Amino acid sequence: MYTQLPLAILILPLLAFILLIFFGKKLPRQGDWLATGLMTLTLILSLILLVTKLNTQPAEAISSSFDWVVIGSQTISFGIMIDNLAAVMLVVVTLVSTLVHYFSMGYMKDDVRYSRYFAYLGLFSFSMLGIVLTNNILLMYVFWELVGVSSYLLIGHWYEKKSASNAANKAFIVNRVGDFGMFIGIMILFLSYSTFAFEAIFDSISAGQLPFGSEGWLTAAGVLIFCGAVGKSAQFPLHVWLPDAMEGPTPVSALIHAATMVAAGVYLVARVFPMLTADALLVIAYVGAITALIAATIAITQYDIKKVLAYSTISQLGYMIMALGVGAYTAGFMHLVTHAAFKAGLFLGAGSVIFGMHAALHKLHDHHTDAQDIRNMGGLKSRMPFTYWTFLIFTLAISGIPLTSGFLSKDEILAGTLAFSTLNGHWFLPLIGFLVAGLTAFYMFRLLILTFHGKPVNEKIYEGVTESPKVMTIPLVILAALSLFFFYSFNPFGATSGWFYGAIQRPLSMVPELLQPATYPVFYEAVSSVHTIAMLLSILIATGGVLMALAVYHWKKISAESLAKRAGVLYTGSVNKWYFDEIYDTVFVKGCHVIMKMLRWFDENIIDGIVNGSAMITKIFSNASGWIDNNIVDGLVNGTANTAGRAGGLLSHVQTGKVQTYLVYVIFSFLVLFVLFL
Amino acid sequence: MELMSIQSFAEPGLIHFLIVSAILFSLGIMAVLSRRNTIMVLMGVELILNSANINFIAFSRFTELSLHGHMIGLFVIIIAAAEAAVALAIVLNVYNKFKTINLDEISLLKG
Repeated sequence: MYTQLPLAILILPLLAFILLIFFGKKLPRQGDWLATGLMTLTLILSLILLVTKLNTQPAEAISSSFDWVVIGSQTISFGIMIDNLAAVMLVVVTLVSTLVHYFSMGYMKDDVRYSRYFAYLGLFSFSMLGIVLTNNILLMYVFWELVGVSSYLLIGHWYEKKSASNAANKAFIVNRVGDFGMFIGIMILFLSYSTFAFEAIFDSISAGQLPFGSEGWLTAAGVLIFCGAVGKSAQFPLHVWLPDAMEGPTPVSALIHAATMVAAGVYLVARVFPMLTADALLVIAYVGAITALIAATIAITQYDIKKVLAYSTISQLGYMIMALGVGAYTAGFMHLVTHAAFKAGLFLGAGSVIFGMHAALHKLHDHHTDAQDIRNMGGLKSRMPFTYWTFLIFTLAISGIPLTSGFLSKDEILAGTLAFSTLNGHWFLPLIGFLVAGLTAFYMFRLLILTFHGKPVNEKIYEGVTESPKVMTIPLVILAALSLFFFYSFNPFGATSGWFYGAIQRPLSMVPELLQPATYPVFYEAVSSVHTIAMLLSILIATGGVLMALAVYHWKKISAESLAKRAGVLYTGSVNKWYFDEIYDTVFVKGCHVIMKMLRWFDENIIDGIVNGSAMITKIFSNASGWIDNNIVDGLVNGTANTAGRAGGLLSHVQTGKVQTYLVYVIFSFLVLFVLFL
Repeated sequence: MELMSIQSFAEPGLIHFLIVSAILFSLGIMAVLSRRNTIMVLMGVELILNSANINFIAFSRFTELSLHGHMIGLFVIIIAAAEAAVALAIVLNVYNKFKTINLDEISLLKG
């Protein structure tokens, strides 16, 4: 049950990938029904697994493995582990992936590489499911890289566009930077414990064995592994790839942002949580907080619908990472799940809008207007009712308005950070948490109002926009339903009483007592005492953000321009994404160019000099040896040949070619011998 | 008696046969060495073979070789026949290639 079922879940998307990559073009409708059907089956299996797991063995982690490599006494085993975390994650991944499959059947219709697109979706899902299922950090790393590869393939799906292929490269390379740190972290653990399995590593740590016998190394290993999450989950300072990844098809963005790639980082931190020391967790919390703040401040000023959503994703991921860092483990993971639903919805909704805009622009033969720029939209509410209403629910959810799923998880995160600061005095974290909550509500409603409300900017385009087909709107409705509170907890103002909090509990820390973060009972106590304040504050701030957005963009009481002017440097910085790309370009790309030029000079002058010099010497030597060969050796050889030739010429006169002459010689010599010897 | 003595005189001994054989052999050698025509050379070879045959038969008659000599004589005749067949076939091919059977003109192996 816990071996075959997860394996089936893992293999089915891979099967879809293999079938479509080889036979996709030959299948009817290019095989989209095959990929979608297999994915739906995977979703059903995942649901069965989750329900069975929660009902029969809710507290256990079931692991099974086999030996993969045996080198001497060293065994590396691969296996799968099903605990509640993995079971919930499986459902999230397969659900979003399935809905994205359905949505893509509408959105990607008539695409040049339709079957290949579905094949890559399968590969992407397979890789992500691998990360979720593995019990082993090396295997996780393998799937981790597979996610990187498949995201590269999907972001660069329209590789004819230079910007798309660049974005794919950027995503891949930036991720490599983080993965490098992760690999070093894995190696530290392997060198110390000779195993890759999570449980074995945790057991060794709890038995008091530290990597290289030092506590610093344990913190280092934790932070280095977290580097992988920084890359994949687009945390500061490696967040730059994610906005560019918007070059991929919009359903892919939904998949990357909701359930697969960026969730992998959060999942990784949740997986290795027991081995993280208090110091490592503090680093994680601060990285998350800084990311949340930076991304939220950028999102405020962006005009591309997908860019706004991209930065909001980074910001929400910052929340999750911060939550894990302060020890609000369940809240962080719950935010991952709720965020998966509403962010997938937001992206699919944006996809639906872009689809409608594209169709309208196509009818007008307009190829210059940007279909993704919200300045070209406005008033789409009446043209796309399904998209609007679902989008509204997702926006409410991400803003943390009560009765939505987002409120539940965000509220718990904020309470967690507040509790953390009362315990440890890091007041910066809750401050950023609440500030970002307000910013999120503001920029999400700004997006909603500019896109769907007000007067249409361009009447012609507005007339051309129509609602997307059912295959695209039904996934939106499903996701909108999943963004409501009752799926996670029946109490709309507290997640702790729901099934989710029962199923996902913070694992015990395995690190030595002195290095541990505040234990769960202590932390829980602190959270309970601040929960009401945190909830009231978060409702207040979120509502404030919403009202601010309405005041600026809907009622136009406050002019956006004058606000921007007043903000001055802050506004320019935000519009230009705090110049991260430019800074990286100057420091890393230009820096590489300088190093490259130096190396080139070294190559051309010193290496080439040595090579050419040695070539010259060889040439002189070979000339000398060639002269000896031509004159002395050849002279000897030719002399011998000539002597032999002359001797042969002389003797050849004996050969007359007449048989009878030879016979005369024979008989004559015979007679001579006869006379001599007889 | 006269007749008897004549008879005893006429009775040929081993030496007579050897002389005839030697003469035949020499004639054969002469033919082989001096004739220009390949067929004639072959005929010389036949003479040489037959002179050897006469020797075998003579030794078989006058010594203890008895029937062994006859047997070898028969072999020689058979081999001579085979040799003639093969040799004539070679001569035919030589003629086809060189359009002559004059041995002086067939001198490809001249040094």
